[in-house]
Amino acid sequence: MSLAAQVAHLFRRELMLEQRQKYAFQGILLYVISTIFICKFSFREIQAVPSWNALFWIILLFAAVNAVAKSFVQENRGRLLYLYTLCDPRALLLAKMLYNALLMFFLAMTGLGIYLLLVGNPVQDYGQFLLVTFLGSLGFATVFTMISAIASKAGNNFTLMAILGFPVMLPLLITVIRASKNAIDGLDWSVSWKFHLAIAVLNVLVVALSYLLFPYLWRD
Amino acid sequence: MKNYWWKILCAGLLFYTLVAGFITPVPRLDILNESIRNLYFHVPMWFAMMALLTVSLVASIRYLGGYKSRFDQVALQAANVSMLLGVLGLLTGMLWANFTWGKPWTNDPKLNGVAIGMLTYLAYFVLRGSIEDPAKRARISAVYNIFAYVMFMVFINVLPRLTASLHPGNGGNPGFDTYDLDSDMRLVFYPAVFGWILLGVWLMSQRVRLARISEKLSETN
Repeated sequence: MSLAAQVAHLFRRELMLEQRQKYAFQGILLYVISTIFICKFSFREIQAVPSWNALFWIILLFAAVNAVAKSFVQENRGRLLYLYTLCDPRALLLAKMLYNALLMFFLAMTGLGIYLLLVGNPVQDYGQFLLVTFLGSLGFATVFTMISAIASKAGNNFTLMAILGFPVMLPLLITVIRASKNAIDGLDWSVSWKFHLAIAVLNVLVVALSYLLFPYLWRD
Repeated sequence: MKNYWWKILCAGLLFYTLVAGFITPVPRLDILNESIRNLYFHVPMWFAMMALLTVSLVASIRYLGGYKSRFDQVALQAANVSMLLGVLGLLTGMLWANFTWGKPWTNDPKLNGVAIGMLTYLAYFVLRGSIEDPAKRARISAVYNIFAYVMFMVFINVLPRLTASLHPGNGGNPGFDTYDLDSDMRLVFYPAVFGWILLGVWLMSQRVRLARISEKLSETN
C-alpha cells in the first residue's frame, strides 16, 4: 500500500476513535469555550487590537497543547507496536498530524466565533484572518504532534510537553500573531504575503523534519 | 605538538584579544564611544555559542547514524558549554545595551531570540533528565536536538529579517561594513571570534573527557 493510502486509512481510524470517545472531543471544546468565558469576565471587552490578537492566539496555543498532547499518549504501547508492524510508522505520524490539523482548525473556528461574540470584533480583513487561522492551526497541530511523540517517550508528562513545545513553537507563533495583526488592521495583501509565505514554509519545514526524524523516534 | 597546538593558538589569540582589544585605537562614534570595544567580547560569545550548538547538532546527527555513545556525550557537553557562552553573551550584551540603548533589556528580536534559544536547550536538559535508559535518552534527545536547532535557527536568522531590530545589519540599521568596523578593528575582531570559539571547543572537550573518566570509574566500582 502506498504511503498516501496508509495515511488515508490511519486518518479514518483517528476519526473513528474520536467518534467512539466523544467525551475527549467535547472536553477540549468545552475547555476552549470556558477559557474564552474566563477572558470575557476578566477583561470585559478588549479595545486594544494587539491585546485582542495576542489573547486569541494564547487561548489557541493552550488549547492546542491540550488537544494534541493526547495523540501519542492515548495509544498504549502494545497497540502502537501493532500499528507499526502493519504500516509505515511515518504514515501514522502524518495521519495524526492531518487529524490534529483538522481538529485544531475546527477548534480555532469555533473559538473565533465565540471570541468575536464575547470579547469584541476588531477584524477588518476576514479573508486574510481566516487564511492565517488556517495556516496557524496547521502549524500548531504539526509542531505539537511531533513534540507529543517525543514527550510520550519520556514519561508522558504534560509539563514536559509544554516546555519542549513552547520554545519550538515560538517562531511560528510570532509570525502568526504578526500576520493576524495585519489582517485585523486590514493591511493590504502586498504587505502581508511574506508572513503567509513564512508560515507556510515553516509548516513544510516542520512536516519534513518530523518525517525524517520519526523513524529514529518510534522504536523502543 | 600534534594534538595541542590549537590550545596554544587559542590562548595566544585570547591573550592578543585582551591586550589589543583594550589598547588599539577605535573609531570615535557617538553614543558608542569606548564601549565599542565590547565588540571583541560580546559578539564573539554569540559566534561561539552558535558554533557549539552546531557541534551539538552534528554530534546528534552522527549519533543517530551509528548509535555511538561518545557522540551523545559530545552533543550534551557542547550544549552545556553553549549555554555558558549564551549567559556570558547576555551579560556582556546587557552591560553594553545599558550604556548605548539606555536599558539592559530591550524588546529586540535578537535578544528575544537568544532567550528562546536558552529556553530550548534548558528544555533539552530537562528531557534528558526525564529518561532513565541511557541509550533511549541519547536517541530521543538527539531527535529533539535536531528539531529544536532547526527551529531556533529559523527563529534567529529568518524572523528578524521580517521586522526591525536595533542590532546592526537588520531593518535599516547599518551592518558591520558601514559601521566603521575599520581595518584596525577587524584585525582584533576576527582573531577574537576564532579564539573564543576555540575556547568553547576546548571547554567542551574537557567536559567530554571528564564524563568519560567518571563513566569508567563508575564501571570499575
